[in-house]
Amino acid sequence: MHGPVGCAAYTWDIRGALSSGRELHRLSFTTDLREKDIIFGGEPKLEAALMELIERHEPKAAFVYSTCIVGLIGDDLEAVCRKVADKTGIPVLPVQSEGFKGSKREGYLAACNAMFRLVGTADVSDIPELSVNIFGDFNIAGETWIIKEYLERMGLTVVASVTGDGRVDDLRRSHGASLNMVQCSGATLDLAKMIEEKYGKPHCRVSWLGIEDMADSLYKVAEFFADKDPEIMARTTELVRSELEGILPGLARYRKDLEGKKAAVYVGGAFKAFSLIKSFRHLGMEVAVVGSQTGTAEDYAELAEVTDPGTIIVDDANPLELQEFIKEKDVDVFVGGVKERPIAFKLGVGFCDHNHERKIPLEGFVGMLNFAKEVHASVMSPVWNFVPRREKRHRNAGKECSHDR
Amino acid sequence: MTLLRHTPKEITERKALAINPAKTCQPIGAMYAALGIHGCLPHSHGSQGCCAYHRSTLTRHYKEPISAATSSFTEGASVFGGQANLLQAANNIFSVYEPEVIAVHTTCLSETIGDDLKQIITKARKDGKIPEGKEMLGASTPSYVGSHVTGFSNMVKSMVSTFAKNTNERNGKVNIIPGWVEPADMEEVKRIAAMMGVDITLFPDTSGVLNGPLSGEYRMFPEGGVTIEELKDSGNAIGTMALGEWCSADAARWLDSNCKVPCTVLDMPFGLKATDRFVDTLRVIAGTSVPDSLAHERGQLVDMISDMHQYTFGKKVAIWGDPDQLISMCEFLVSMDMWPVHVVTGTPGKRFEARIREITKDLPFDINVKAGGDMFLLHQWIKNEPVDLLIGNSYGKYIARDEDTPLIRWGFPILDRVGHQYFPTLGYKGGLRLLEKMLNAILDRKDRDDPEETFELVL
Ligand code: SF4
Ligand code: SF4
Repeated sequence: MHGPVGCAAYTWDIRGALSSGRELHRLSFTTDLREKDIIFGGEPKLEAALMELIERHEPKAAFVYSTCIVGLIGDDLEAVCRKVADKTGIPVLPVQSEGFKGSKREGYLAACNAMFRLVGTADVSDIPELSVNIFGDFNIAGETWIIKEYLERMGLTVVASVTGDGRVDDLRRSHGASLNMVQCSGATLDLAKMIEEKYGKPHCRVSWLGIEDMADSLYKVAEFFADKDPEIMARTTELVRSELEGILPGLARYRKDLEGKKAAVYVGGAFKAFSLIKSFRHLGMEVAVVGSQTGTAEDYAELAEVTDPGTIIVDDANPLELQEFIKEKDVDVFVGGVKERPIAFKLGVGFCDHNHERKIPLEGFVGMLNFAKEVHASVMSPVWNFVPRREKRHRNAGKECSHDR
Repeated sequence: MTLLRHTPKEITERKALAINPAKTCQPIGAMYAALGIHGCLPHSHGSQGCCAYHRSTLTRHYKEPISAATSSFTEGASVFGGQANLLQAANNIFSVYEPEVIAVHTTCLSETIGDDLKQIITKARKDGKIPEGKEMLGASTPSYVGSHVTGFSNMVKSMVSTFAKNTNERNGKVNIIPGWVEPADMEEVKRIAAMMGVDITLFPDTSGVLNGPLSGEYRMFPEGGVTIEELKDSGNAIGTMALGEWCSADAARWLDSNCKVPCTVLDMPFGLKATDRFVDTLRVIAGTSVPDSLAHERGQLVDMISDMHQYTFGKKVAIWGDPDQLISMCEFLVSMDMWPVHVVTGTPGKRFEARIREITKDLPFDINVKAGGDMFLLHQWIKNEPVDLLIGNSYGKYIARDEDTPLIRWGFPILDRVGHQYFPTLGYKGGLRLLEKMLNAILDRKDRDDPEETFELVL
């Protein structure tokens, strides 16, 4: 991370994106720019830092992130990277991710641009026809591994996963996969489009959250390969059937307690909101408040369509507004990210982390069961009996909260 | 497989590269300090990303909602300056969230562009963006200078330089600037002062703001915090006690030279001796005596130290964190016959190293100390000279796991444990708690590792 210390310190190992590899990503490297670097430029420092790091850790490639200040003082990241690449013989890729240049979306694009430079730089002759890339999944709590296992059971070879448990060598060959499955968060959609344009490999949008979206996504992929492998549909149907069989009894148990309870959903991308609404339906719950930070006008129109009448749909709400909605609808559980968690708890409402800090996998069929378990645990927690706003309601219900594992 | 197996034992000098930083940037300190003003909304003058990071990190440490606003710089602001963004933001914030005061700090970006907060705030007032009875203060917090501690200090200094007035009516109160300690520690300072019957103004004061109860309500501005009235009146105090040279001295010195409030800079009252000095100084300034109840607490701490000396004696400890805390902790350890062999702060400053060397000069060996160091260096030191105990923030957990050494979480940030919000480690009672934690760690380890023949029921 080329910049002052903070940008690197705050991003140091805060994502539960698991790796089966060297775990090098769990260290934090920064040029820690100081005042004199700001005045005289940080290029020499960056070069020295990169040389030292690459020598010590011998990575397959290095990504260099620029922060706001680097954009401003005019360091030529591209030139430094080229120089270091020449000296070390590995790709050194600048990610032009200055914060003031835009939102996360532009950051994703910057990362895709950097990654795309690796694509197409290795031999793909041994990649089978029945092959895919997993894009837009980050292997939070091992989720990519779950998806990968499903795909392999369908008879597919996964060439690269980006970026969850990703590998430089895989990325180099990723243009060899027949299909790119892009989870709709948009993070890697640009990369898929670049590959499609240059290498003619199509992509499809998928979502690994919730029963329907999960099954639909697998069927979609199976259909794509159906003419090459006539059996794949049958295998996929069998996979979905057996996975469902495994989780349905558990879901039914949770549903008994959760039937009629209400949820509020406030997440980053709208795609997640859609999946969550469907997931809550499976639990007999109603999503009474739903919103996202980055939704588009079409997203909101679609949300209005899929939710029940009376549902509050919010666009980029502040905490005070969220509080009002939660109270108005008297919701039982709030689904959000790190900054919403303490707000929910202050209100005496259950919480489910559906962001990068979740500790259990929520993707895949098994993820649906985990989700149900987490929602159940939080909603049914006996602690809510002690919350002023709820005390009465629980007493009236005459039923003690219970845990069911 | 160990996580930090990437850390080699051989130490080579690094000039251009920091690995696993032991500090972070100024604005987060300014944000924490500002939360200790009643009804205050911290405002980050820069890009969105910075503000999001500071809020998330504070949220993870305190497990409380952290409210803060940002000027949300875009490409335009970074070329033409952020004045328009800030004026617009102030207007919105006062009308939507209705804080008493907005505390603005800069970021690397607005600093480099050269935005002048003082001038922008003056303009905001002239343009009527600050409603009657409301306030705005600003602190310049470039992250390429100092560390998060510097940012804290800068915001605290701005509290007095913006508000304090000497109106020639001594108010009989003592100002205490506690430095970057936990809300629970701030509460403890107030408890001790109350025991001694001294009327104090504590600032900043995050108790009641960041350790609140579950009330069924989310309140953006909870009860706690020093009020603007109190800050204004701090210029009339009979004295100021600054706890911690790095965190608090600048503000105290400002009051001394501008409002003629005499200041004393002390170490943070962690451990026996530093608490003694704190209590004694407060006693002298306020002209009171130390009550028996407090002497009793002191006696209990001395008692536990003596009872357990056989288990603390000669234990090697590595500590990291912020300068003011480390100085007091180092002294506490030495006073209990424990050996702080490695001491790292990310905050630069040679004075720190000199101070630590002074405190440890009677140890039977030379210790490792570094200001402006990082966790990677600390780990390398530990690989070369193993320790019995680690004391510091959560970032030490990788080392703890890799070296199989017990870790006591103390400092900022603590991202993976709770308790720091509620139980003080400051003062005599806090000293007891620190010692209890150390002993638990040491004795748990002993019970785990002792062979069966020497494993004992009574320790
Ligand atoms: S180091 Fe500077 S740019 Fe980075 S987060 Fe801190 S204030 Fe923002
Ligand atoms: S907004 Fe800019 S300076 Fe702030 S954290 Fe993001 S990249 Fe760093």
